[in-house]
Amino acid sequence: MSISTPPKLERAQAVVPRRSAMKWLLDAGLRRNLGLILALVLLCALGVLTAGDRFADSNNLMTILRLAAVTGVVSIGATFVITIAGIDLSVGAILALAAVWATTLSGQAFAESTSWIFMPLTAMLIGAAAGLLNGILIAYGKVVSFITTLAMMAAARGLAEIISDKKTQLITVDGFLQAVGGEVFGIPVIVVIFVVVAVAGWVLLNRTTFGRRTFAIGGNPEAARLAGIKVQRHTALVYTLAGLCAGIGAFMLMARTTTGSATHGTGLELDVIAAVVIGGTLLSGGRGSIFGTVLGVLIFSALTNIFTLNNLSLSVQLVAKGAIIVIAVLIQRQLAIRQSRT
Amino acid sequence: MTGLAGSHPALLQMRGIEKRFPGIIALHQVTFDVAPGEVHCLLGQNGAGKSTLIKVLAGVHQPNAGRIVFDGQDVDFSSPDDAIKAGIGTMYQELDLVESLTVAENIFLGHEQTRGGFSSRKSEQSKARELLARLGHPEISPDMEVGELSAAGQQIVSMARALSREVKLIIMDEPSAVLDSEEVANLFDTVRTLTANGVAVIYISHRLEEIRMIGDRITVLKDGTAAASNLLVSETPNAELIRYMTGRTISSIFPPVRSLDERTPPVLEVKDLVIAPGHQPISFSVRAGEILGLAGLVGSGRSEILGAVYGSTKAVSGSVAVDGKKIRSGSTVAAVNAGMGLCPEERKSQALLLDDTLIANFTLPSIGRFATAGFTDGAREYRASMEQIEKLELRPADPRREARTLSGGNQQKIVLGRWLSHGCRVLLLDEPTRGVDVGARSEIYQLVSELAGSGIAIIVVSSELEEVLGLCHQVLVVSEQRIVHRAPAGELSEHQILDLVMEGSTL
Ligand SMILES: Nc1ncnc2c1ncn2[C@@H]1O[C@H](COP(=O)(O)OP(=O)(O)OP(=O)(O)O)[C@@H](O)[C@H]1O
Ligand SMILES: [Mg+2]
Repeated sequence: MSISTPPKLERAQAVVPRRSAMKWLLDAGLRRNLGLILALVLLCALGVLTAGDRFADSNNLMTILRLAAVTGVVSIGATFVITIAGIDLSVGAILALAAVWATTLSGQAFAESTSWIFMPLTAMLIGAAAGLLNGILIAYGKVVSFITTLAMMAAARGLAEIISDKKTQLITVDGFLQAVGGEVFGIPVIVVIFVVVAVAGWVLLNRTTFGRRTFAIGGNPEAARLAGIKVQRHTALVYTLAGLCAGIGAFMLMARTTTGSATHGTGLELDVIAAVVIGGTLLSGGRGSIFGTVLGVLIFSALTNIFTLNNLSLSVQLVAKGAIIVIAVLIQRQLAIRQSRT
Repeated sequence: MTGLAGSHPALLQMRGIEKRFPGIIALHQVTFDVAPGEVHCLLGQNGAGKSTLIKVLAGVHQPNAGRIVFDGQDVDFSSPDDAIKAGIGTMYQELDLVESLTVAENIFLGHEQTRGGFSSRKSEQSKARELLARLGHPEISPDMEVGELSAAGQQIVSMARALSREVKLIIMDEPSAVLDSEEVANLFDTVRTLTANGVAVIYISHRLEEIRMIGDRITVLKDGTAAASNLLVSETPNAELIRYMTGRTISSIFPPVRSLDERTPPVLEVKDLVIAPGHQPISFSVRAGEILGLAGLVGSGRSEILGAVYGSTKAVSGSVAVDGKKIRSGSTVAAVNAGMGLCPEERKSQALLLDDTLIANFTLPSIGRFATAGFTDGAREYRASMEQIEKLELRPADPRREARTLSGGNQQKIVLGRWLSHGCRVLLLDEPTRGVDVGARSEIYQLVSELAGSGIAIIVVSSELEEVLGLCHQVLVVSEQRIVHRAPAGELSEHQILDLVMEGSTL
């Protein structure tokens, strides 16, 4: 049995631009994030102009990265959530809960007598568990993500306050402070963790079936279901991942501040969403970029750094942040439109 | 390939299938058999339950009662995943692709090719390329985003996806609705290869001539029950099929073409319209009461012409005028205000509010008329919608249903009804009978003819040449974004048009 291949008409070829692998990489990496890279370069120029050597200094660079690390790690998880067209408002509160839980007196005593590793493990476990609860409610309970995570945001923060009795818990486990709070080859460990999580997140989203299905569910959940994908289970896993990232962020913040507190991560969820969205991940789902998210986080922490170096008030920072969000998204849109035309 | 039924053990047996949706019994005591290697056609009017039946089989819906035996085993599919694993591939009626993923990613969605736990883009791409070539479409690139493809291209991808797995049975729910005749021929070649290898095919279509070409046996559904089972294609005339489907006899599907007074002035005048840079200018006019047909292949630029006339895409230059008044280019608001209405090709993405009620869908362009000082009048909207439902014989006749829950053909009628209730001077119809059953189709033709009789100018784009020739006064043959021929419908034949189209495309 042979299949005849009738002569194809030109119209068929006219609609098919070929894309090479190299061009695809450029697309995915640089070109799609051109606006962001541009913004970051401009910001750096601004930093050098206004603060000179105090900005362009390797110590200051580490300061910026340390500032970016916690938000960055949490944003990686949030990129997955937003790619499936969900939202997670509870990451800041989950971070606080995980930090408080991992730094209770009894917990610290246990870690002291066994190994410091139990502190980060506890934080990650609590984060993942809270995320899983979010995920189960959203995927199986069919409660919309906005409401579910809004409830979790209140509940987790409240629980953190109960556990800590609203007191800041000082960390006394030296092993933990040295390991996570320290440096390797002059680079803060929490910055290394950020890099590792970002790379892992990129691989997971772009190079695994898990990532592929994440895009599919965000792009068209019904089509994903019809293709035999377990949409509910996958959704639950994505929120678990977001919770896990909040847990990782929790022990990183614990190391940075040497405390566990119910006020940790207050307002973090908005920074995270802002970073993810200016990074080019669509709130409507189906498209997400880890690279973009990382750039988004870096832009915000560079901005904060420049303002601090110039002794500008927090209020001015907020106004500038708002402006940056709008400008970055506008640039992204323009580029996207131009691209779709070519 | 007749007489299959007796000689082979059945591949699929569905017995006493019952499926109820809130307020409706979609399937009642349906029995359906498929033998290995046969093409079993499923016929029935819009809303008869064809898609529901195959969705029960594909694990999308769970039946309320009934038994399914597949490949010798009792099965109970609780999700699409189960059915896929059992060897049932499905091409759904409403395309089920993720537009933001690439062609290869869509083909392997749910069974991604992996190497060492990581998805392997390379092997997916080469396998996808091979599959697409087998389907006669080597020009579709695996790393293209599916959203950039035409509806026909997407259908091919959907097909490639069904073939990408080991299957014993492939379900095709109206695959030809978005394909032109050449691509249908391609599709049939593939189907023949499949059946020669023992794969069974369930084929759903409203086009009886296709069923003559490819089918072995036919089961007809009517109002959720099997009106006739296992009819042999070779022994069942069309008239009989239509009677089983509709319960009545339809002698002629086209109404007589009304004569036109040569002196009536044109309502719509298109002058030197350049649709995109580098294209040739297009001019034509349509008089009151005239039906103008645009014939050509899928992708030849017919829909683009409608889009530019309607202003949904901005033309480079040229003018469009209704009743002698020029319309601002690129403005759908101006077009609607001037009395134009468009029923677009892709009802799901371009026309319907799927999660909204039929009422909201009907009154979308004319909502202002149902409102006083900005407040809408629900009772009047309801009455107006009910009127359209009756006129179009829409089923189920409940204006408060969500558009999503209607069968494909009935969704098409909603879009038509929208402009009928709005009332217009110029009606642009893009594939108005796609997915519409024989009975409803002749009603729509009747309706279009009556609308023209009432003085409306109508343009019909259709891939079915029979439709263009049977319904229209004047025909423009479009190929490669150009008008290659114009003639009264009475002076053209299907063959001539096909020749013109092919000629035009190789120029
Ligand atoms: N999810 C749903 N919820 C409620 N009603 C539904 C749903 N799906 C289908 N129906 C109803 O079940 C009936 C059968 O619909 P189905 O889609 O099976 O028709 P069909 O024979 O495929 O028609 P068409 O030729 O128009 O595609 C219709 O009355 C439809 O409105
Ligand atoms: Mg159907």
